[in-house]
Amino acid sequence: MTEAHSPPTTIQQHVFPNGLVLLAEAMPGVQSAAFTMLMPAGAAYEAADGLNLPGGAATMTAEWITRGAGDRDSRELLTALDNLGVSHAESAQTLHTSIAAATLGRNLEPALELFADMVLRPHLDEEEVEPIRALCAQNLRSLEDDPGSKVIYELRRRHFPDPWGRPSPGSPEGVASLTPADLQRFWETTYRPNGAILGVAGAIDWPRLRDAVGRLFGEWSPRPDPRIQERPAGPTRDHILRETQQIQIALARPAATVDSPDYYAARAAVAILGGYSSARLFTEVREKRGLCYSVYASYEGHRERGALLCYAGTSADRAQQTLDVMLAEIDRLGRDGVDLEELQTMRAGLKSSLIMAQESSMSRSGALASDWYFLGRVRSLDEIAEALDALTPEEVSRYAASLTGPEGLTIVTLGPNALRTTSA
Amino acid sequence: MPFHQTTLPNGLQVIAELNDRAHSVAAGFFVKAGSRDESSEVAGVSHFLEHMTFKGTDRRDALAVNRDFDRVGAKHNAQTSEEDTFYHVTCLPEYLPASFDVLSDILRPSLRDEDFETEKQVIVEEIRMYLDNPMSVAYEAAKTAHYGGHPLGNSILGTVESITAMSAPQMRDYFDRRYSPANIVLAFAGKGQWQPLLDLAEKHCGHWKGGPASRQAVPAHGSGAFRAILRAEDQQQTVVGVADGPPLESPDRYAAHLLATILGDHTGSRLYWALIDPGHADGAELSYQDYNQSGAFFTFLSCEPDSTRVNLERVADVYRGLMSEGPTEEELVQAKNKVLARSVLRSERPMGRLASLGFHWMYHRAYISVEQELEAFGRVTSDDIRRLLGEWPLWPMTIVSVGPTTEIQPPA
Repeated sequence: MTEAHSPPTTIQQHVFPNGLVLLAEAMPGVQSAAFTMLMPAGAAYEAADGLNLPGGAATMTAEWITRGAGDRDSRELLTALDNLGVSHAESAQTLHTSIAAATLGRNLEPALELFADMVLRPHLDEEEVEPIRALCAQNLRSLEDDPGSKVIYELRRRHFPDPWGRPSPGSPEGVASLTPADLQRFWETTYRPNGAILGVAGAIDWPRLRDAVGRLFGEWSPRPDPRIQERPAGPTRDHILRETQQIQIALARPAATVDSPDYYAARAAVAILGGYSSARLFTEVREKRGLCYSVYASYEGHRERGALLCYAGTSADRAQQTLDVMLAEIDRLGRDGVDLEELQTMRAGLKSSLIMAQESSMSRSGALASDWYFLGRVRSLDEIAEALDALTPEEVSRYAASLTGPEGLTIVTLGPNALRTTSA
Repeated sequence: MPFHQTTLPNGLQVIAELNDRAHSVAAGFFVKAGSRDESSEVAGVSHFLEHMTFKGTDRRDALAVNRDFDRVGAKHNAQTSEEDTFYHVTCLPEYLPASFDVLSDILRPSLRDEDFETEKQVIVEEIRMYLDNPMSVAYEAAKTAHYGGHPLGNSILGTVESITAMSAPQMRDYFDRRYSPANIVLAFAGKGQWQPLLDLAEKHCGHWKGGPASRQAVPAHGSGAFRAILRAEDQQQTVVGVADGPPLESPDRYAAHLLATILGDHTGSRLYWALIDPGHADGAELSYQDYNQSGAFFTFLSCEPDSTRVNLERVADVYRGLMSEGPTEEELVQAKNKVLARSVLRSERPMGRLASLGFHWMYHRAYISVEQELEAFGRVTSDDIRRLLGEWPLWPMTIVSVGPTTEIQPPA
């Protein structure tokens, strides 16, 4: 596959005086419109100087803003969104609190009005805090019953310097102790236009959208950037004891950041290792040896750091061999490199995904916002396609060599027994 | 969007909904073969067979199957349900010939003995993975409790014992009976032209052989049983309820979807306001599932073990309230708006259209456009929903509870 065939699109951008960045892409042929708003109000900011809040503040606040805002109480607000046919999710992750929503293009502007109320004029009614606390405490208990998700949260907590691996659902102690005043302070400090990014894609009219966003979010006042002190995390080897059927295996190691010249080589190396069904992990662990059902590698980027994450879940009697094969495959990738055919397969997969994303206003709005977060600009599809085309097997092989060795490697397992974590 | 259909001489049904504005094209084989078609000796064979198709053909081994999809960037997968096995691929239009070559090839798999034994281990791991998921355990147990000996209660994955004991000749026999062309629908959605698609179908599937296949789809009636299963290690209690609903053959399925949206959508529904908003539970949803000659409303609840009983009473109150008074006009309009917008969003991607297109053709032998589907939802009245609830009451229902406590009584 050599041609990118990306259809011509226009990406517009505008930075409002308060710092809010608006990015928009009109997509021919779709009736829907979607937006993704990223605010630098993720769980990591619970640890900001002057806040020092325990885990759970970001998630509880993201729930609190939906419970009444502007002229509407909780029920009126959700009903208004339903009547506009808005599919929406308000959630805190580690870095951001995000609002993602999609609806018919003609309902975009009235939907944005409702979300502007949520972000700028939430009621933050104290009576809502106890129900939110009960809900978040139960979500944490359900997470304990979900070993596959649990192990990834525990991996990220140990691998990234604190607080950049903080689990967004929080901790039971944090959720139990946070007061309405704590949450109010979190909202005041972190929900701010400077650092916020709004990506919009689909059936849109740019001048009208820009004016509407200016009108709805223009009076949002900037606040000082919170300061965060990084602390080392760890341990780099850990086992969480659970009487489960399977052992969950998760490992991470540092990889190039999105703005690094090595970024595309890193993405290629990770994809060739475990990004699709003919990739090495799936082939060696599942197809050839039948060791597990689920195994993959993925890339995770923050602005200042990137990581290769690998996951597998399998029975106790196969888990050691599974981990050994995973580590051996990372070593082999670094030692022997990749060949041209693998590189072409990886390219075909990423390019197809990019073009197919043009059929989804939701995924485009998310891509616009995240590009701006990482790079301070939006990449065109052609730019990405050209960067992928320019990669050589030598370049990817050279990069893959940096992914091997024990330094920086974090391994977390969860299940009835621990595993040996050195390469066989 | 233009629609085309034909039947090949061997009985394979071929349909296509073309959309010139799409960037991709999706192709799918819909095989009427699911866990309800299995005898107890081969429990899980439909799903195991789905895995085995990817292990290779006379022309490709497993590595070649994956490689040949991946090198043209095709996104492929398959899924097995109680009733069907659905194989699909989405790719850029110029790579459809290459992708379809693989997809059609694997529908005539070799089912080699050595692959069979390796893949058994993968299936066993998939079963164990779901055993670590309380909702999966409760869902399987609820179907078993509700349907008793009816085949709709069969487990899709089977058990570690049934998979371990299964032989390759048993699977080949099942394949011969269920994968005949007359029992398969081939659907395309997205960018393309009918004649080249039809040529592809004839070239790759025209030689397929096999006789007629049948299914005895006997209407199922649930037991209304109550069961509590102990999982001492869980933190939350997980409950699945089942009540009978209209079958997929019934025009009432539109009203049933709207009813489930009003009562049990994940946000803004009656269950949401009664259980999630006040923090009584972290999961409370109702969904409608249609089957061949049967239908079911599934209730899902996740909450603290000690509050299970009182939460089940809350669910019962919500259901009884709607059964006695019916929905308000406002909530019906709200549910329609939700369904309409979600339907438009989903149908913007060829893959989003493929499943509804193919399943509808398989069971109705009819085409329904997005607009027609939205009109059918639009026509539902609150009286339709009242009548539906009279015919298919939501309460009492079969209830299975899974978690650290068994000290639970079903509400009267």
